[in-house]
Amino acid sequence: MFDGDHPAPLLDVRGLTKSFGGVQALRGVDLSVLPGEVHCVLGQNGAGKSTLIKILSGAYQPDGGTISWQGNAVTIANPVAALGLGIATMYQELDVVDGLSIAENVFLGHELATGGVLRGGEARRRTRELLTRLGHGSMAPGREVGSLPAAGKQLVSMARALSRDARLLIMDEPSAVLDAEEVKNLFRVVRELTAQGIAVVYISHRLEEIREIGDRITVIKDGSSTAVGLPVAETPTPELIRLMTGRTVANVFPPATPPAAAAEAVLTVTDLAVRGVFEGVSFSVRAGEIVGLAGLVGSGRSEVLETVYGARRPTAGSVTVAGRALSPGSVTAAVDAGVGLSPEERKSQGLLLSEPIYRNVTLATFPRFARASLLDERREREVTREQIESLELRPADPDRQTGTLSGGNQQKILLARWLVHGTRVLLLDEPTRGVDVGARAEIYALIRQLAAAGTAIVLVSSEIEEVLGLADRVLILADGRVLDTRNASDLTEHDVLDLVLKGSAA
Amino acid sequence: MSEQNTTVSSSVPPVIDRPKEKPDSPLRRFLGGSAGRNLGLVIALALLIGVGAATAGDRFLTVDNMLTIVRYASIIGVISIGMTFVITAGGIDLSVGSVMGLSSVVATLAAVQLAATQSSWILMVVVALAVGTAAGLVNGVVIAYGNVVAFMATLAMLVGARGLAELVSERRTLIVNVAEFLSATRSNILGVPLLIWIFVIVAAAGWFLLNRTTFGRRTVAIGGNREAARLAGIKVRRHVVALYVLSGFTAGIAAVMMLARTTSGTSTHGTLYELDAIAAVVVGGTLLVGGRGTIVGTVFGVLIFATLTNVFTQNNLSTSVQAVAKGAIIVLAVLLQQRFASRGSRRTD
Repeated sequence: MFDGDHPAPLLDVRGLTKSFGGVQALRGVDLSVLPGEVHCVLGQNGAGKSTLIKILSGAYQPDGGTISWQGNAVTIANPVAALGLGIATMYQELDVVDGLSIAENVFLGHELATGGVLRGGEARRRTRELLTRLGHGSMAPGREVGSLPAAGKQLVSMARALSRDARLLIMDEPSAVLDAEEVKNLFRVVRELTAQGIAVVYISHRLEEIREIGDRITVIKDGSSTAVGLPVAETPTPELIRLMTGRTVANVFPPATPPAAAAEAVLTVTDLAVRGVFEGVSFSVRAGEIVGLAGLVGSGRSEVLETVYGARRPTAGSVTVAGRALSPGSVTAAVDAGVGLSPEERKSQGLLLSEPIYRNVTLATFPRFARASLLDERREREVTREQIESLELRPADPDRQTGTLSGGNQQKILLARWLVHGTRVLLLDEPTRGVDVGARAEIYALIRQLAAAGTAIVLVSSEIEEVLGLADRVLILADGRVLDTRNASDLTEHDVLDLVLKGSAA
Repeated sequence: MSEQNTTVSSSVPPVIDRPKEKPDSPLRRFLGGSAGRNLGLVIALALLIGVGAATAGDRFLTVDNMLTIVRYASIIGVISIGMTFVITAGGIDLSVGSVMGLSSVVATLAAVQLAATQSSWILMVVVALAVGTAAGLVNGVVIAYGNVVAFMATLAMLVGARGLAELVSERRTLIVNVAEFLSATRSNILGVPLLIWIFVIVAAAGWFLLNRTTFGRRTVAIGGNREAARLAGIKVRRHVVALYVLSGFTAGIAAVMMLARTTSGTSTHGTLYELDAIAAVVVGGTLLVGGRGTIVGTVFGVLIFATLTNVFTQNNLSTSVQAVAKGAIIVLAVLLQQRFASRGSRRTD
């Protein structure tokens, strides 16, 4: 609809600038969104995407530049003004209230009421209509939002946008919390929205998704738009990566160096089970080998990892590291035996965000540096500095507060923790979640290096491409069972999805 | 304020060609450091002393009165040190006041005092510490292994220990008649009462334990992110038990100090001390949600409240007025703390 005759843009942003203190977050961003299109905004973490969103949703005021809405220059003074114009935002950290029902959430802030008395029935009826417009008329408006998965909460957030008569919906990395199936569903919903003439600004750094859902792309790098309104279909991926990172990424995955066939099994898992979650999981990992666990969310892949680590107590089976059986359900036993876990939720399970970097790096090892229980912080800092250097962690300051680092650097801290510990077995759960493209390649290279140095690695990722690109062997899981074990080189992404979907259907 | 922090951080990525963040100015570093966090407390204490000097100068600004203030602060102070650890780890101990009362009556039971007369006055100290420690152990086990919320577990102990103290003492005041105990604990060293020395030693030991040992690091780690600590191999439950044992132990020390000061044990000793201790800890800058704790702050918190009480008493103001002022100070101090904390801390998301 936007080829040739250029319809008037719904939103037209020119030369937007914004700085915080001494930091120039935006240095000139252009963005032009047409009615009914999916406009992808692409950029690495920290490129300025969040600042742009917050300006458009009225949370911040720009320092310079203009915003035109339906042809008229506007200032978006606050979030209410943004909603008044018809700009709704679906944040990554969904702003739904868990304790309220779907209908109550949809009309949160603009409740349907007569003289202060809520009209609950009316709210539920209209919520059902909105959900139907989103293709989910079967969701009960009275259901408590806290009981919904992330995908359901996103729907609630979208229904809320519709209830405000939004003309433009900004979605901030909506797929980050979804599995492959849910993402497909999300795309169906997005298409419903655009078919109704609503424009969607879709923020993501997953190129595959943008290919599938996007109409046009604006790329932001270092606070400036490096490309505005590129048609998705005509822009090759390497070009997008170049625009985003300023460098050409020839191959994201480093070449595999398969372990010596004679290498001994370091980790052996035998008939491991947690009742009601998974059962009969057996596999072994040799020194230097990377074994991937592929499967949908709910297949039990993260739970297998956590049970191997002792964070969950198995109901059957055993875990052996270098010939010694681990005492079941004991993280300490696993750590002492040389097993490390980089957990799925980096922030909530992995890091002390308000503590400095070095205390996170040495979280599993600080007693080792201590003499007679007295901490040796100088050595902790020294060791951290070495890790910072070898992992190219930024900023290179052991005392920097961990919460201020980007996702990729936070992930490196977790790897550094286990490198310092000297683990023989490293369990990686979603090591690149929330990590941008550039840092991703670095983390892949690190994982490879670790394997080459003889570490046995088990990798869980919801991105099948990542599992296939890194692993030597792949276990395919569905509904808590191992369907198959194959060499990664014999599999394509399509094969895995096929097996997984068949497996869960069976 | 928080949303601003979020965006700034997400716009300061680790990309190499990005302009370097301006280094923090020395002033900023100072305000962000522990000295800065305590600056508000120093100012508050100085103000109070100023008010005291202005309103009751001749009586207030004497060495004797200063010692009285610190002596008054010392018992709550010792409890507050234990409380600082518990709160830093994200817990709470409401039972310290009751446990103190219980320890005081058990240590002054006729049988105990008789045994102490026959052997050594130290026995009374040991009994008081043992009772406190045991109560802490029960708290810790119920919380860590029974998965009972700390608030409820220690609330139950608050009620239960007070009741037990009444049963044990038959609601009578038990007079300390072991002369050696009184002469030892009511002595002065270098002109300073022993009670104050005990507070100083406990505070110094607490500072060292929190900031310089693996025990302290575990405490902060568990308070900062319990799950991350567990997944890094820290034995969280065991440590939580140790923390409540520590808190119970300090309540036992406080009981001994109370016996020395009042020369009697009664089930009402330590009533509402838990609230004073929590207020002192939080006013001092320890985060109630855990993850950051400061012993120095706690000591200031205790001294501020003790000075306040003293200033009011010197001016013959009623305890009701004191209570109102105390409430106001808690709110003001916490507001101030948040100011300093947010100015000092680097951008966080």
